[in-house]
Amino acid sequence: MKTLKTIMMALSLAAIPVAAQAQDAATAPAAPAVAATAEAAPAAAPAAPAFQHRAPDANIGQPIPGGFKIQPQVTEIGQDAEWFHNSLLMPIITIISIFVLILLAYAVIRFRAKANPVPSKTSHNTLIEIVWTLVPVLILLVIAVPSIRLLAHQYAQPKPDLTIKVIGNQWYWTYQYPDNGDFELVSNMLPDAEAKKRGEPRMLAVDERVVVPVNAIVKVIVTSNDVIHSWAVPAFWTKMDAVPGRLNETWFKADREGLYYGQCSELCGARHGYMPIAVEVVSKEKFAEWVRSKGGKMPGEDAAPAAAPAPAAAPEVAAAAPAAPAAPVTSQPATAQN
Amino acid sequence: MTDTTATASHFHAHEDHGHHDADHKPAFFQRWFMSTNHKDIGTLYLIFAIFAGIVGGAISGLMRAELAQPGIQYLQTWTALMGGAPDFDTALHMWNVLITAHGLIMVFFMVMPAIIGGFGNWFVPIMIGAPDMAFPRMNNISFWLLVPAFLMLLGSSFVSGGTGHGAGVGWTVYAPLSTSGSAGPAVDMGIFALHIAGASSILGAINFITTIFNMRAPGMTLHKMPLFVWSVLVTAFLLLLALPVLAAAITMLLTDRNFGTTFYDASGGGDPVLYQHLFWFFGHPEVYIMILPGFGIISQIVSTFSKKPVFGYLGMAYAMVAIGVVGFVVWAHHMFTTGMSVDVKMYFTAATMVIAVPTGIKIFSWIATMWGGSMTFKTPMLWAIGFIFLFTVGGVTGVVLANGGVDNYMHDTYYVVAHFHYVLSLGAVFSLFAAFYYWFGKMSGRMYNEFLGQVHFWLFFIGVNVLFFPMHFLGLDGMPRRIPDYPDAFAKWNSLATHGYEIMAFSMIFFFVNIFWSLFAGKKAEGNYWGEGATTLEWTLSSPPPYHQFEQLPHIGDDHSH
Repeated sequence: MKTLKTIMMALSLAAIPVAAQAQDAATAPAAPAVAATAEAAPAAAPAAPAFQHRAPDANIGQPIPGGFKIQPQVTEIGQDAEWFHNSLLMPIITIISIFVLILLAYAVIRFRAKANPVPSKTSHNTLIEIVWTLVPVLILLVIAVPSIRLLAHQYAQPKPDLTIKVIGNQWYWTYQYPDNGDFELVSNMLPDAEAKKRGEPRMLAVDERVVVPVNAIVKVIVTSNDVIHSWAVPAFWTKMDAVPGRLNETWFKADREGLYYGQCSELCGARHGYMPIAVEVVSKEKFAEWVRSKGGKMPGEDAAPAAAPAPAAAPEVAAAAPAAPAAPVTSQPATAQN
Repeated sequence: MTDTTATASHFHAHEDHGHHDADHKPAFFQRWFMSTNHKDIGTLYLIFAIFAGIVGGAISGLMRAELAQPGIQYLQTWTALMGGAPDFDTALHMWNVLITAHGLIMVFFMVMPAIIGGFGNWFVPIMIGAPDMAFPRMNNISFWLLVPAFLMLLGSSFVSGGTGHGAGVGWTVYAPLSTSGSAGPAVDMGIFALHIAGASSILGAINFITTIFNMRAPGMTLHKMPLFVWSVLVTAFLLLLALPVLAAAITMLLTDRNFGTTFYDASGGGDPVLYQHLFWFFGHPEVYIMILPGFGIISQIVSTFSKKPVFGYLGMAYAMVAIGVVGFVVWAHHMFTTGMSVDVKMYFTAATMVIAVPTGIKIFSWIATMWGGSMTFKTPMLWAIGFIFLFTVGGVTGVVLANGGVDNYMHDTYYVVAHFHYVLSLGAVFSLFAAFYYWFGKMSGRMYNEFLGQVHFWLFFIGVNVLFFPMHFLGLDGMPRRIPDYPDAFAKWNSLATHGYEIMAFSMIFFFVNIFWSLFAGKKAEGNYWGEGATTLEWTLSSPPPYHQFEQLPHIGDDHSH
């Protein structure tokens, strides 16, 4: 076990500088932004005007009609993984498939009965057997190094700027923002007609989007209230099962603003196909604005007692949020977890 | 009747007196319902598998029809036909019943009965020079357990499974969807069906292992056994070790459902992910159970039609053993998104990739068997060559999916669906058709029609590729599996896939016409209708073989090639 770990560590050594860089890049721009919102907060606190959500972009954050590629990635992990798939795995598997096809075609033409009436008696060739055992091993090693590095990178979570809690339910998602007054959103799929009215893709549009700030390390805690679901956002390269009684953890850092859709990715009963995910990545300022529109508060406001006269009011505000959920709200998600 | 090999003098002796008692067949009921004859039981398995294949294939037709365009078109009608409530949720539950039934039927009631029960029963005893299986009566019960199992599964779609009729839990039957998530007896019936089918397979596995270890003819050492026998031997061990784990896993499901245990319920100290570990500890060897006998079949066919012995026989045999062994320690690559630790993910990534090495040995050895050969391209060989290429395609996408980091994107998308249909629907099923055409004359005594066979191959080949290749694109574009409706962006490839299904279904007409035409009007088959390339023992017998073959055991000399 110990040696295995050492080997893994050695293999993933190359990943550490990358991860460290990511951390630097994340913290540097984030710091002033947080400071700015903290200053702006008291002034904007009383008013909670309707938040202006962004329109979807047909080229990013959702499937491309007739597409045959990985969706454009907006996280560093996703970009690394996409490079690994597109620039290493795909060429290798394409070449292997074509190589086998060419060998087959050559054998079929050259060694058909007409062209080669007398079959050879060869049935062993130690050298070639060693070659076709060792060459695949080498190819797999070439794949394994970046693969293990990618895994190490995915698990090297930097210090989070924001934690959200995602809870799967049959058949909708609820989201909690523990860093922002612990308000809760209930996110249901929009009916086709409503999605069309709002100019969003059917089967993907939801009434309550998850909103997160751009360039922030977002820690996602995923669990479920009933059966297993899976919270997936293809543009982030993120997929994590929501298992009842378990708290799973993943993270992402979206590097550009936008609207990113996903769908539940574990069979969870009748409406499994009808519980999409929509993550809206906005600027720090807009995020603060959105948090307040949901009755939450930014972390900086905790320090100022005047700004928070009624912290207990947060859940009620969340429940009274516009666009009432179609399904009954169950807001005791903590029962199954510990 | 007069085919000869170096060892044929023995068969003449046997056949001379064999015609009096060895070919005496019991009356109809006794022969087909109380059978202890491995060939008759093999035939029963094949008929059963064809029937189950029609059911499972028809269900995939319903699925492709519904998926042909965005929106829900047919589910409500089908639900009403099945006597269900007309509301939307019940219709959606119907979808989950269809995917569950398709998976379970194709795995447990089509591929396994055909490839192990059917061809294994027919040809393992003959290929090792044995008169029958070691436990003929156990062989009978192995088959007859499958029938109630299948009826139980089909029957489950007429009783409540929670939201609607039938078990809508996927072939994986994950807890807690299958426990607290599915009220009603449908899931219990599904679990019972798996119990019975599993018992059937365990008995079959014991029978094969005993037969192969104890009943080989004199001179038939393990290292002289045909590769098909090797493949069934390895498969039987996988069955014997994997199925009891499935039985335990689904028994705990049953007690969680009915007797208040909490093996898979965190609120009682259990864990839903435990079920997944147990299921895939069975489930991953299961996929090799479905493909390994196919490997053996392809080896026999490639050798026969190249008129050459199999290249690298020992490498081929031990590659299968290696696949069987490694196949037991890679299961959690099906669970990369359940929240495993990074070390576990790294291990399962590395272990999974190792499987590519023995698989590569097999692919290259088949090509090397053709190399220098004198090949003819009868229908079985077309299926075999098609298998080699398409299995390669399915194999390399498996290498992509093996990477735990990449799987975060691919997991539970159509990329996975494309991958496992390339190795199963285009792998295992191609080997089944190859075997069927290869041995049809031997089993029935009449030759299939070559023209119909080739039309069937080409149409099926085009059909399944049009059907399954676009699913790679759907997966890369992010489409999740197991959904009856999808965002409009996925419409194009789904529509094309449905057309592929239509081509594939059309090709099956040629298959069935061929069977019936050949059975009634086909040319009488000679003992060894493939000629000099066919060297295994079944070609030393008449077509069909006498009711009891090898009353005097054949002796396998040093010159007998594999």
